[in-house]
Amino acid sequence: MTPSNTRSVLLGTLLSALWLMLSGHWDVRLLLLGLLSVAVTVWMARRMGIDDAEGLPVQQLPRLIAYLPWLARAVVASNIDVARRIVTPSLPIEPVTVRVHADQKTAVGRVVYANSITLTPGTITLEVEENSIEVHALTGEGARDLCTNEMGRRVTACEAH
Amino acid sequence: MIDIMSIASGMFLLVGSVFTLIGSIGIVRMPDVFTRLHAAGITDTLGAAGVLLGLALKAGFSLLLVKLLLMLVFLLLLNPTACHALARAALHGLRRPWMD
Repeated sequence: MTPSNTRSVLLGTLLSALWLMLSGHWDVRLLLLGLLSVAVTVWMARRMGIDDAEGLPVQQLPRLIAYLPWLARAVVASNIDVARRIVTPSLPIEPVTVRVHADQKTAVGRVVYANSITLTPGTITLEVEENSIEVHALTGEGARDLCTNEMGRRVTACEAH
Repeated sequence: MIDIMSIASGMFLLVGSVFTLIGSIGIVRMPDVFTRLHAAGITDTLGAAGVLLGLALKAGFSLLLVKLLLMLVFLLLLNPTACHALARAALHGLRRPWMD
């Protein structure tokens, strides 16, 4: 099977699973309608050429899922930090913008990194460029944490084959 | 058993509500659009996750659980995207970030 056919089969399987979980109906007529809509969607995705490595990053998916627990812990920690600053009467913030290096090779990797930065309260991605990301940080501390590039290294590790 | 689930669900809902409240207070207290987005980020992450996970514990193993978790996944993918679009638009609209 060619890689593009494998991708289509995988996309069809994922869409079918999603349809079954969202509908919860096991009536034959409805199942046929579901099958039809999955087939049309897969056909359209192929025609539009969006079922590629960028639209369906299957190789990176297991590593990306393994990255989530670390990200969740980072997000909770920075949530608590920003929340503490908000409820402190003196509002101890010192906003800065920094440019951090992004050595991810694929577009998917860069998007995951930029999204992780914004998802973490206290840092927002302002601009994504070829090999760097401009970030607005609520505190110098948050900017320094980002400059250690631990998050960047973890995202880069996700895209290695 | 049911009691433990109810208590855990209530705890998650409480944490989610508290963080949503703090995020809202932050939006009012922060000085400019960029710092306000940081405060909004709290409502988007721990606020939304707390409420949705609390509801997921109430739902138990059912199709409802799948839908709640899918909502969480989409929120965590789409909120940063919208947040970045806002920040980028503000920057290109020549809003200079507030500095102390």
